[in-house]
Amino acid sequence: MKVQQISIFIENKTGRLAEVSRVLGEQGVNIRALSLADTSDFGILRLIVDQTELAREVLKKEGFTVSKTEVIAVEVPDRPLGLHSILDILDQGKVNVEYMYAFVERCGENAVIIFRFDNLEEAIRVLTASNVHVLPGERIYGM
Amino acid sequence: MDTVEQISNAPEKGRIWDPVNECLDRQELEALQLERLRSTVRRVFDKVPCYQDKFSLLGLQAGDIRSLSDLAKLPFTTKEDLRLNYPYGMFAVPLKEVVRIHSSSGTTGKPTVVGYSRRDLQTWTDIVARFMTAAGVTEEDIVHIAFGYGLFTGAFGLHYGAERIGASVIPMSSGNTEKQLMIMQDYRSTALVCTPSYALTMADKLARQGTDPASLALRIGLFGAEPWSEEMRREIESRMQIIATDNYGLSELMGPGVAGECLYRCGMHIWEDHFIPEIIDPETGEVLPEGSIGELVLTSISKEAFPMLRFRTRDITRLNYSKCDCGRTHVRMQKTMGRTDDMLIIKGVNVFPSQIEEVLFQVEGCEPHYQLVIERVGNMDVLGVQVEVNEKIFFDEMKKQRAFVDRVEKRLASILGVGAKVKLVEPTSMPRHEGKANRIIDKRHL
Repeated sequence: MKVQQISIFIENKTGRLAEVSRVLGEQGVNIRALSLADTSDFGILRLIVDQTELAREVLKKEGFTVSKTEVIAVEVPDRPLGLHSILDILDQGKVNVEYMYAFVERCGENAVIIFRFDNLEEAIRVLTASNVHVLPGERIYGM
Repeated sequence: MDTVEQISNAPEKGRIWDPVNECLDRQELEALQLERLRSTVRRVFDKVPCYQDKFSLLGLQAGDIRSLSDLAKLPFTTKEDLRLNYPYGMFAVPLKEVVRIHSSSGTTGKPTVVGYSRRDLQTWTDIVARFMTAAGVTEEDIVHIAFGYGLFTGAFGLHYGAERIGASVIPMSSGNTEKQLMIMQDYRSTALVCTPSYALTMADKLARQGTDPASLALRIGLFGAEPWSEEMRREIESRMQIIATDNYGLSELMGPGVAGECLYRCGMHIWEDHFIPEIIDPETGEVLPEGSIGELVLTSISKEAFPMLRFRTRDITRLNYSKCDCGRTHVRMQKTMGRTDDMLIIKGVNVFPSQIEEVLFQVEGCEPHYQLVIERVGNMDVLGVQVEVNEKIFFDEMKKQRAFVDRVEKRLASILGVGAKVKLVEPTSMPRHEGKANRIIDKRHL
């Protein structure tokens, strides 16, 4: 049910993002989803890739600070109120979202939302109880 | 500190080597200091050309020193004076009365040469016996000395002091950690004398060998000759399972034994019947009020061969004259906080890089690489602390990452007394150099 995500500390200066994509690309790592949270000084780049361990290793070797976190991916119909239906369930279940990001699947019918929760287990319980489609990690890595 | 009681063979707190002199009341102590100071001043005025020149420049006569407060009238002595008078120019007795010569490592230029008369060696041995007793060493102990024997004062100072107490001394000298540990195990050393960093090297080696430190007979560590933090003390104590004590000295004044900690461990007692300490502002030379942080200045008042008036130690500390629970009346100096060479003045506040290290250690329990950048924006100094991110202080959530920065900034402001802006940077973005000087970028061009 859980998806492995890597987070990378990026200093806010030119060329650092390109350096990450170069390092991953050269090792044949494919990025499935990404989000960037930033401040004026630094940013936190979060990635879901097809080869998590390899990506983590090569980035560390290049001197980046990398951490691994677990997130969940939820599939929703790509239409108005699609996102809202999920947020509503979480709200009813009193589950707090730390952060989230989303992308649309290749076929275009569904969207995938990546969530980070404080309490992952509780979130999974609430979502599955409401018949929300929580995607296994393999689905995302192999997209 | 509670750890003292937790160790089963813990040293006794109550022992005092020389109860009469170590517990003199302030009035008696000051009377003795004045008498000894006046005789030292007369002697250097008669015998040491460097001091004759300094006195005449100030229009000062030996007889002008009538009270302890007149100390401030005396000229300072600096490392530079010793260099200019290399090798024997500062000696106050003819060489035939000198029975020992030591030397400090000369990191810049020539080393400093110091001499001891027979009575000086007795004094030295006696004050080392005082601080070793204060740290809990008794005639029952087996004292393992892992300082290098040679020109450096460390090994010989501790050696004779331990013998005076009646302890069994192992003159191990430095190096060959494996052999050190074998002897320590087989001879059942109970007290270890070395630098604090070497104690950690030994702890590493023990861990690699898979030796349980509790299987050693070791109970006390007497560490000195380099600055170390309270965190380092805790690390040594937990990894070696001993009581770690601090002592202070410098060859220009005597060597180790100028000051040492008792087992209450709330500062090192400076043996005031032999040395008079002052705290000055390193910039202006002005004597600072009691309790201030500043440069330690020491005057020797009993030495024959190599007397020093107001020697600028360049060590930063503060003095505490309140009575210690151990019963000794001699003033305590705090662990040194750095060297005057490292001191920065930011918005008029004296700041030491070691304080910043301490804060970084306290906040996350690790010592990340950091760099200080001082800029002048308008007429205001701005202190920036760049901290390299590592896995321990990297959080995937922005809220937590920001909270970390806030925590460090708040702590810095309260410890330094001046605000600092913390900026997180990627690892390896700072040059890796030895020494602290490279950790400071002062862009103020003052």
